[in-house]
Amino acid sequence: MSGYFARHLQALLFAAGRLARAPVATALTVLVIAIALTLPSSFALLISSVRSVSSDFANAVDVTVYFKRDTAIEKVQQLASSARGRSGVGSVKVIPADKALEQFRKDSGFGAALEALTDNPLPHAMDVRPTAGATSPADLESLKRYLSAWPEVELVQVDSEWVLRLNAILDLMRRIVLGSAGLLGVGVVAVIGNTIRLEIYSRRAEIEITKLVGGSNAFVRRPFLYTGVFYGGLGAALAAVLVWSGGHLLDAPVARLARSYGSDFALASPTWGQVGLLLAIGAGLGLIGAFLSASRHLARIEPRP
Amino acid sequence: MIRFDRVAKRYPNGREALAALSFEIPAGEMVFLTGRSGAGKSTVLRLISLLERPTRGQVLVNGQDTGRLPPRLIPAFRRQIGMVFQDHKLLTERSIYDNVALPLIVAHTSLREVDKRVRAALDQVGLLDRLRALPLELSVGEQQRVGIARAVVSKPPLLVADEPTGNLDPQLSCEVMNLFRRFRDVGVTVVVATHDMQLVREAGLREIVLADGKLQDIHVADVPTLEVRR
Ligand SMILES: Nc1ncnc2c1ncn2[C@@H]1O[C@H](COP(=O)(O)OP(=O)(O)O)[C@@H](O)[C@H]1O
Ligand SMILES: [Mg+2]
Repeated sequence: MSGYFARHLQALLFAAGRLARAPVATALTVLVIAIALTLPSSFALLISSVRSVSSDFANAVDVTVYFKRDTAIEKVQQLASSARGRSGVGSVKVIPADKALEQFRKDSGFGAALEALTDNPLPHAMDVRPTAGATSPADLESLKRYLSAWPEVELVQVDSEWVLRLNAILDLMRRIVLGSAGLLGVGVVAVIGNTIRLEIYSRRAEIEITKLVGGSNAFVRRPFLYTGVFYGGLGAALAAVLVWSGGHLLDAPVARLARSYGSDFALASPTWGQVGLLLAIGAGLGLIGAFLSASRHLARIEPRP
Repeated sequence: MIRFDRVAKRYPNGREALAALSFEIPAGEMVFLTGRSGAGKSTVLRLISLLERPTRGQVLVNGQDTGRLPPRLIPAFRRQIGMVFQDHKLLTERSIYDNVALPLIVAHTSLREVDKRVRAALDQVGLLDRLRALPLELSVGEQQRVGIARAVVSKPPLLVADEPTGNLDPQLSCEVMNLFRRFRDVGVTVVVATHDMQLVREAGLREIVLADGKLQDIHVADVPTLEVRR
């Protein structure tokens, strides 16, 4: 084995050995790191779950047109066919008032109560579905204006508005998660840096002697860098387990809730790629924390004669 | 090998430990540095091994001006000096083997070479059978010999020892001196600071006497340098 790799292996084993010899302290540090990494990871995963569902809806925009109560159904049919002729309109479906009431009786469960109505309170309506390429907010706005211009129209409701709003909220949340992930990352670096600092001073005599016999700063720093990578990597591994098991605990109740709303929404499980990314981020933060701390404090420890 | 040229050393607390000290130690010689406690012996050795830098004057070691050596080159500089201390400065949690191996490890020596040299060094000080022991399991004299093995394991051209026999009885002191003499015989320059005047007299080697940070005297060897036996 070449001296160089042997040295790295030795530093690595030594760092691992020291962590194993102080299991409680190591576990606490790893736990703090894991919690700091779990929060942004699970939020990021939740957001991507919601986003994948909402993007299914984004193309299924519906514009519902409600007509004034006294509009004749023939007039409605006539307006529907002129709407069909407009560019950007995919399909138009007329919903006569009596059909709507029938549907409402069935769906609402108020069947008996509605029997008492002598008059149908519902207006005629029609569903206008834009073509796939005409769902931008500007397109929808112009379609809405076109439909609202008819004097027979009472109200035009763009059902996609909630999708747009949801996307805006998701975007905001993603930024908040990114920002807090950055802060928590700085926290992880600080926690690891502080742990390394304590370790450096507890091994002061050893460091002084190593420098005394000609050990360079890089040499005495190496085992601490491995220690930092271990802390970060172990913290990230624990975070991955927490995110995964949290997802599994919530999976069934979320699916039940989603089904009751007629959605097949499900929480995403982290992919292996995402777990790998989390481990790399954890190890990287550990390396950064250890490097900053070791460079700062090791330079101050010089052999005392 | 070593040249002090009007060297002064003032410690941060204002204490002037050395004042305009000049002397020279040729390569391959074994020299004693003597004087009362506080005379500046340790300070001289610290200046040689770059644990301190001179306040004024020039310290040349192996052709290098220690006052001008950039910090990043200090580790490599120290690797050419073997150092022995009165309190041994061993790693108490590591085996004798690991302690002696340390100077080779920091110099990126291959593991096979490390093993060979550590065993050779421990053999020279007669501790080859104790290499798995921890330092505190050994007697004081044995610990001092581990310190010596560590100092010579990388075959440095220069060996400096600060009161190496300070904690040893006359018999052990004598053994340590004979060890040093053997290194001198294979070409190593040896500088020993001590206030044990009897030891110095018996050894019959050149002696640089310090008093109050100044050169008081240089005694030339007046006895043939035979191994001393008691
Ligand atoms: N680190 C230090 N800081 C301040 N004064 C020191 C320091 N080291 C030594 N001295 C002073 O310098 C003088 C010489 O000390 P030293 O070189 O240790 O002498 P010796 O080894 O001959 O006993 C002494 O007066 C001592 O008090
Ligand atoms: Mg002294």
